[in-house]
Amino acid sequence: MSNDGSADLVQLLTPEGERRKHPDYRCDLDDAAIRDLYRDLVLTRRIDTEATALQRQGELGIWASLLGQEAAQIGSGRALRPQDHAFPTYREHGVAWCRGVDPLRLLGLFRGVDQGGWDPRETNFHLYTIVIGAQTLHATGYAMGIQRDGAVGTGDADRDAAVIAYFGDGATSQGDVNEAFIWASVLNAPVVFFCQNNQWAISEPIERQSRIPLYQRAMGFGFPGVQVDGNDVLACHAVATAALQRAREGQGPTLVEAFTYRMGAHTTSDDPTRYRLSGDLEHWKLKDPIARVKAYLSRGGGADEAFFADVEAESGSIAQRLREGCLSMPDPHVLDIFDQVYAEPTDELARQKEQLATYLAGFETGDGAVSA
Amino acid sequence: MTQLTLAKALTSGMRAAMESDPKVLIMGEDVGKLGGVFRVTDGLQKDFGEDRVIDTPLAESGILGTAVGLALRGYRPVCEIQFDGFVYPAYDQIVSQVAKMRFRSQGRLSMPIVIRIPFGGGIGAVEHHSESPEAQFAHTAGLKVVACANPADAYWMIQQAIASDDPIVFLEPKRRYWEKAEVDESATPVPLHSSRIVREGDDVTVLAYGPMVKTSLEAAIAAGEEHKSLEVVDLRSLSPLDMDPVLASVRKTGRAVVVHEAVVNLGLGAELAARISEDAFYALESPVLRVGGFDTPYPPSRIEEEYLPDLDRVLDAVDRALAY
Repeated sequence: MSNDGSADLVQLLTPEGERRKHPDYRCDLDDAAIRDLYRDLVLTRRIDTEATALQRQGELGIWASLLGQEAAQIGSGRALRPQDHAFPTYREHGVAWCRGVDPLRLLGLFRGVDQGGWDPRETNFHLYTIVIGAQTLHATGYAMGIQRDGAVGTGDADRDAAVIAYFGDGATSQGDVNEAFIWASVLNAPVVFFCQNNQWAISEPIERQSRIPLYQRAMGFGFPGVQVDGNDVLACHAVATAALQRAREGQGPTLVEAFTYRMGAHTTSDDPTRYRLSGDLEHWKLKDPIARVKAYLSRGGGADEAFFADVEAESGSIAQRLREGCLSMPDPHVLDIFDQVYAEPTDELARQKEQLATYLAGFETGDGAVSA
Repeated sequence: MTQLTLAKALTSGMRAAMESDPKVLIMGEDVGKLGGVFRVTDGLQKDFGEDRVIDTPLAESGILGTAVGLALRGYRPVCEIQFDGFVYPAYDQIVSQVAKMRFRSQGRLSMPIVIRIPFGGGIGAVEHHSESPEAQFAHTAGLKVVACANPADAYWMIQQAIASDDPIVFLEPKRRYWEKAEVDESATPVPLHSSRIVREGDDVTVLAYGPMVKTSLEAAIAAGEEHKSLEVVDLRSLSPLDMDPVLASVRKTGRAVVVHEAVVNLGLGAELAARISEDAFYALESPVLRVGGFDTPYPPSRIEEEYLPDLDRVLDAVDRALAY
């Protein structure tokens, strides 16, 4: 498959920062809105690089970097309305940013202090899902709930809601993702399947997952598929906006394939030099999602040096806050785990908790398990 | 009081739950027009509509995965898995998502999902239609597992399971679906996660659940004719186990035999034997014995009667326990 996407690729901003027209999609954003997107992109990348640094320094056990995928996530994340619900993988740090999740909360999972530190009911951003593709079914079920609540196709912009499910190219081989496509299709569920095709499932290239461009699979399931330049925040925003609106209006699901590239490793535990060529990376560096927005804003007078300096300063302070917050994140208490398993606690867990508490207390008083 | 089969008692219980809470949904393969392959959801779609009784695509992982999403949206899905041996495609969603969501979210998110599974053998079915996978779910933290054994329990336990904010694997003894008994819809049910003495006796405690409760009661009658007095406990809840009645009974009889169709290796019997030895060690006159399926896959149906525990195998274990 081409390194540059198909002939159908929707692009509204070239890597050089030139605006492009498309017969089906257009970007209505003014320069102020594009400046906001630029800020989102830069801050998201800064959060990501800071987290990678924290992992390198031993403060996080692992980190899944979104480097290179900022535009796909910010473009789609900013297309969501407050009442929409997003179901992420473990790499959607940019979407989390758009949903108002405190970036510090993202670190808990990777530091090992929790397994999901934000409230999805407040943010309409579900917890990170680690099992590949499982969340696409959750998203579809949630969309079925929206249908049953009568919150689709009413024409009320504040009421009609949609769901967006994030997943990667590797996930498209999973049964759950294919089941989600079928369910959403036959039930006409208001869900957008947003696939970030970053070309790699850890070490396996896209050719190991598919013989055809992923967006073309949608046709077989009975709903539209569109391939968008995943490094073009304007195109991602336009395509996601249209797909979400279609879902809210009751016209059913859409598959969006955001054609992008994973510039970093799969996670900080991975070593991509074992399986891919540096030439690919150089090719994709020229398509950087942030540089093209900066070029557009600079060239057209949409932003001045002071603006770029402000964003840079803000990213520095966010990184500092993230670093300080990470280091001071408290460890969980082992005795609390017993209380989070069931809504109605069981006697057996209460007994185990009590036994552990007694055992631990033995060490504190010096007459515990070590005594004969 | 109404005479109901176990299957109709379940239908009646689900109907009551759907009437009292509009968030209760039924979903599964063939649960709508057909009323399920065992007719347990018969008539529900006609009365509650296609939005609440959902004929799903034929994909078990899809059933459970979308139930997770519906639960997150505030619904209470009751999922039917058509047969025990077909639950495995949904295993990941059940074990990795349904069971762990509350824990993952530090108690913020509830999964009020009921997973109904007709389980066990004895109906002469082909492969995958006669299995007893309960231990795999009882072994999973975050799930609760119950099994009904008679129409009255079926009627009440399904309603209690649906009302629970915890995910519950609800096992239905398929070979007992057609057995009739009185159901008192005005009674006050015992708590869902309680075990119950269903026949009192003095010599040996027989622990059973689901389809083996009836087998054990029949064994107790036969043993009585030989002047051996069996106390039969219907466990009802497999996770959590309600051990107090079990331990009280064992302290009285000094002997325990566990009966289940599932393979013995690492089955419920192993856990019960361990708990009894931990908490009633000095009361025991004999080791806790287990009667169950052999450690083979479920056999072709022409020989299933020889594979499944029956009255004689229960009595054989009772005799071995008494011989200590």
